[in-house]
Amino acid sequence: MITIKNLVKTYGTGTKAMTALKGINLEIAKGEIFGVIGHSGAGKSTLIRCINMLEQPTSGEVVIGKTDMTKLSKNQLQEQRRRIGMIFQHFNLLSSATVYENIAFPLRLVRTPKAEVDRKVKEMLELVGLTEHAKKHPAQLSGGQKQRVGIARALATDPDVLLCDEATSALDPQTTDSILRLLLDINRKLGLTIVLITHEMHVIQSICDKVAVIQGGVIVEEGPVIEVFLKPQQPVTRDFINRESENASALEEAIRSTTAVSARTVKVTFIGDLTYQSILSQTVKETGVDFAILQGTISRIKETPYGQLIVRFEGDSADIVRTLERLTEQRLEVEELGA
Amino acid sequence: MNKELDFSQVNWTEFGKATNATLQMLGYSSLFTLLLGLPIGIILFLTARSSSVGARTVYSILAFVVNLLRSVPFIILIIALLPFTKFIVDTQIGVRGMIPPLVIGAAPFFARLVETSLREVDRGVIEAAQSMGASTRQIVFRVILPEALPGLIAGFTITIITLISYTAMSGLVGGGGLGQLAVSYGYNRYETSVMLVALVIIVIMVQIIQMIGDRLVTHFTRK
Ligand SMILES: Nc1ncnc2c1ncn2[C@@H]1O[C@H](COP(=O)(O)OP(=O)(O)OP(=O)(O)O)[C@@H](O)[C@H]1O
Ligand SMILES: [Mg+2]
Repeated sequence: MITIKNLVKTYGTGTKAMTALKGINLEIAKGEIFGVIGHSGAGKSTLIRCINMLEQPTSGEVVIGKTDMTKLSKNQLQEQRRRIGMIFQHFNLLSSATVYENIAFPLRLVRTPKAEVDRKVKEMLELVGLTEHAKKHPAQLSGGQKQRVGIARALATDPDVLLCDEATSALDPQTTDSILRLLLDINRKLGLTIVLITHEMHVIQSICDKVAVIQGGVIVEEGPVIEVFLKPQQPVTRDFINRESENASALEEAIRSTTAVSARTVKVTFIGDLTYQSILSQTVKETGVDFAILQGTISRIKETPYGQLIVRFEGDSADIVRTLERLTEQRLEVEELGA
Repeated sequence: MNKELDFSQVNWTEFGKATNATLQMLGYSSLFTLLLGLPIGIILFLTARSSSVGARTVYSILAFVVNLLRSVPFIILIIALLPFTKFIVDTQIGVRGMIPPLVIGAAPFFARLVETSLREVDRGVIEAAQSMGASTRQIVFRVILPEALPGLIAGFTITIITLISYTAMSGLVGGGGLGQLAVSYGYNRYETSVMLVALVIIVIMVQIIQMIGDRLVTHFTRK
């Protein structure tokens, strides 16, 4: 659906030049929710704004469907942009217009007949659950409601792609979840391709299928969320994940706390249905080793449940080896963390 | 100043006529100032932000002319514009003769106020419209002007009030209206009462216009 090739964006010229994107390559499939995560200043906003040419790329290609966005005339670009919805961190609603008029705005730009505008706006109000608020002005709404208006406005023209620039960063955790649920819902119902950027791993974990980690204008890691999340390769990625789920120094202390002669500490990862089965206890019953759980998470990535436990096995070293083998046989991932 | 304040000297019919003349000058000059100043303000706003060299040249020239006209004292502007005024309205005095200098004096001022209030429109909202495929024209008429409306009304109110003081000044050079009444009776013939009445009427006009302006601003403010 979206192919980004060697995308470079340099702001300014001469000595003041600053290259925000240094050759980005991405492939985003139709119907996918694709997340881009990165620290402040990594180039996330620049990247998403290059997709609909709010920012003119310095070089490279951005192909949506079959159209290379970088090669369009002004009029063609305006036309293409109607196929791409966008929502913003600060909502960017017209404060002088009502909720209804805000949602009608993109339709009226193309002189949609009045009855059609009315039908579509009502459908959108329904979709985002704001039917009673149609006549209010944005100033009379909460942040979450404003973002719902933003979503309704972005979807009114039936776009193929929705771009979300930190769409939940100005919202509290509960409201964030409700907006994320709405996005997921829309993605399923309408088969919409969603590209979102964020600095919160939680957002990626909740709704994304794929994730790219951006740092200093370069994509340093990319893949299905479950893989990147459970086996992060880059320090930045680990950093994003650890901040939310683990506390590294507490773990180190726990690992060092053993007095047993023979002990091995491993990270055991369960994915999918395995998460809720009693594999660990059955295995140690067979092999006769003891274990202590030093740290653990049972959670979900989008719909997939997963568990990640840091376990220390104690006992006869041959028994421990057998235990680890048994766990691997049962399709658990086992990674040694050092004795 | 040995005459007592004696309102019996005041010729009320003449005051009626003068007030009427002032209101006419004010009405026409406000209208033309709006029609001239608003587009200039919009052009200033659009060309200032543009990255194209052509647009920035337009901005530099326009901004120079606007600054030039704004730095000329109004009374000198009237005199300097006499030939132009004659050419446009075929007279140099009275209500008609005052309208060109009033408009040329006030329009640059109003244009700057327009530019300033347009700049205050949230950039994000403009970008949102761009992202929906709005053309520059649609962005101006459907986003920037409605969003800036309270600021535009406030700016226009200030402009009308400035025009009131200009019309009073134009009395010095045969502009007619309350200003001329105040000058010819109050100043030349020491009839203080006439000057006072003229002053009171002008103050009342200013107050009413400011009040209406403020009400409209409040009505259209949605923040
Ligand atoms: N209009 C601009 N002119 C010059 N430099 C810019 C401009 N916009 C962004 N930059 C620079 O480009 C780099 C990337 O900025 P960008 O806004 O894409 O980061 P970001 O990842 O979105 O950060 P944040 O999380 O803070 O929003 C930054 O170093 C920034 O200073
Ligand atoms: Mg950003």
